[in-house]
Amino acid sequence: MSSNETDSESGPVQVRGTVLTVRRVDAYHAITIVAPGIAARFRPGQFVAVAVGGPDTSMLLRRAFSIHDVRPDHGGTVEFVFAANGRGTRWLAECRARDTLDLAGPLGRPFPVPRDPVSCLLVGGGYGSAPLFALADRLRERRCTVDFLLGAASGDRVFGALTARRTGRSATITTQDGSLGVRGIVTDMLGQVIHEARTDVIYACGPMPMLRQVTALARRYDIPVQVAVEEAMACGVGVCMTCVLPVVGTDGITRMVRSCVDGPVFRGEQVRWDDIGTIPFDAFGAPGWEPRTRRAGRGAADEPDEAPAAGAAPGTHVPGAQAEGRALGAGLDAREPAARAVDRGRRGAGSAGDNGRPRRGGREGQASPGRAADGGQARPDPARRHGHGA
Amino acid sequence: MAPDLRTRLGLVELPNPILTASGCASSGRELSQFIDVSKIGAIVTKSIMLAPRAGRPTPRMAETSSGMLNSIGLQGPGIDAFLQRDLPWLLSRGARAVVSIAGSTVDEYAELATRLSDAAGVTAIEVNISCPNVEHRGQVFACDPVAASAVIEAVRARTRHDIPVFAKLSPDVTDIVAIARACVSAGADGLSLINTLLGMAIDIDTMRPVLAGLTGGLSGPAIRPVAVRCIWQVREALPDVPIIGMGGVMTGRDALELILAGASMVSVGTAIFHDPSACVRIMRELDEELARRGVGRLTELVGLAHEMRAAARGRLAGSLEIRRRS
Repeated sequence: MSSNETDSESGPVQVRGTVLTVRRVDAYHAITIVAPGIAARFRPGQFVAVAVGGPDTSMLLRRAFSIHDVRPDHGGTVEFVFAANGRGTRWLAECRARDTLDLAGPLGRPFPVPRDPVSCLLVGGGYGSAPLFALADRLRERRCTVDFLLGAASGDRVFGALTARRTGRSATITTQDGSLGVRGIVTDMLGQVIHEARTDVIYACGPMPMLRQVTALARRYDIPVQVAVEEAMACGVGVCMTCVLPVVGTDGITRMVRSCVDGPVFRGEQVRWDDIGTIPFDAFGAPGWEPRTRRAGRGAADEPDEAPAAGAAPGTHVPGAQAEGRALGAGLDAREPAARAVDRGRRGAGSAGDNGRPRRGGREGQASPGRAADGGQARPDPARRHGHGA
Repeated sequence: MAPDLRTRLGLVELPNPILTASGCASSGRELSQFIDVSKIGAIVTKSIMLAPRAGRPTPRMAETSSGMLNSIGLQGPGIDAFLQRDLPWLLSRGARAVVSIAGSTVDEYAELATRLSDAAGVTAIEVNISCPNVEHRGQVFACDPVAASAVIEAVRARTRHDIPVFAKLSPDVTDIVAIARACVSAGADGLSLINTLLGMAIDIDTMRPVLAGLTGGLSGPAIRPVAVRCIWQVREALPDVPIIGMGGVMTGRDALELILAGASMVSVGTAIFHDPSACVRIMRELDEELARRGVGRLTELVGLAHEMRAAARGRLAGSLEIRRRS
């Protein structure tokens, strides 16, 4: 089922992959699938969209999972981690070796990697830590140091604690019940870890409330933060417009961008966390919104960024920064001072999310339907990694 | 010999009857990573509006049994960006572009038709008068024959003669044939049947509606029988009006069902979310179904179920006649 007539050599592919193993990892499952085309193209932070339920399934929507690891064996394998807490994921958990699965991937923008050897802190909530280990490998290849801060409700829900301890320069674990590491949530420890590790860059993946708090703290310390968001998706490839969230572009304009193709990795401060689940009144195309750029000599061509619905990431990142090795989010290459100045300017103007904006009442922890039941800050067990784990 | 899948969309001959359904393929670019967009009959774009639109808040989607609810709310970049970027891209790939348009007033539709007529390369216009994801149900033109014909008349008047205008109708009406007749009288060259059905889901754990917009459009195989019924009824009443059929088509067999009901083209929507290469797969499967039945030309099958039924009734009448005589 792989498609050969794809548009790009580096773009995603759709493959029918053979399951190698499905195994329990504490509270989660890890599944390894032979998918050469995907493994070859993979960069940390990207995800796969998996069809579940077999032929004639009544479950029409693909499930999106961050890729945990790729390996060269069998021509290339892909592994992802999930919690079997919905119909689709329970079906996945029951797959056996030699079953086949339809996967599309690798999808989405990967984590940008700094050019220089710097101190990186990787923050994971629940099995949101899954994509962080491949990232850690890549960071170490660039002679960055890697510290881990992982948290969950209980010890069996901290994915990869052992690997983090074995491979990280430091590894701090928090659990809400105190069964592993420090009792509490990751953001309780974030300041201390940043201080001790002299963190230059933060990467975070986990439940949205956690990402929001990590971003707030990172800003307090003036440290760039890259977050991989989870939003409910239907297709994973950019056509359904389900997974949108309000993101401020480098031009200062908020757009409802797709987390599947414009993300899932964003600069934390560009996401309007308080407005997720709403259409901010000043968002591009919101009711009553007026094009403010109808200034001198405006032609349609003057607004290359003006179309989040299709095409490249609409100003959610520094232009050209998608290419790995440029330090955009990390803000660590030659552009760093300027990038930070921009951040400060934005903060001063209050346009990146803290003041003067209506908060969404009573919607905390409800950015995606799968999470609603748990709510709360460090919901340890994201029911949906990017989407419906249901 | 391979079956002849060609079909006509107004003046344009399509190599095959498989189209994308509006709103399920954006403007084709994303799908081109998985399929050759020039191979399928046409790309029907996501509905284009005059101004950019942010759409509805999230959550916008809920999976249901054999279906899904969406409440996207027509998010899109607006006609300027579409004409500047998306349409030229589609044409550069050799794809045929059926442009879906949506507006909140008759004038907006008319303006969109004018803009598209001025642009080169538009294969057809599909007038979306039936999107359920708008603030006011009163805005759903397809629920009222007078409002529907006002829009279609305005669009037809402003659209270049060589661009066919299709009206996309809602199944959420008492009498879809009445709406279909009104649209055809107003100048529609064809009809697109059907848009999503208005639905709703409630999360029994949170005890709240799942969708931020409360209601959404139901699509997927769950609605296919509704599509078959609507196509059947309209074909029965207006046998000469070309129909783009859509509603839960997942396989070539499903496409064939809609064709037998009266569709001469079939749009594939929700199936794309399940399988980004669905259009090409369904095209291949349809080809196989025709070959298996020894059918040489697709057009022979369009609406054939009506004739088969008439023939069966004829036989029945004949046998009754015989019985009466004996």
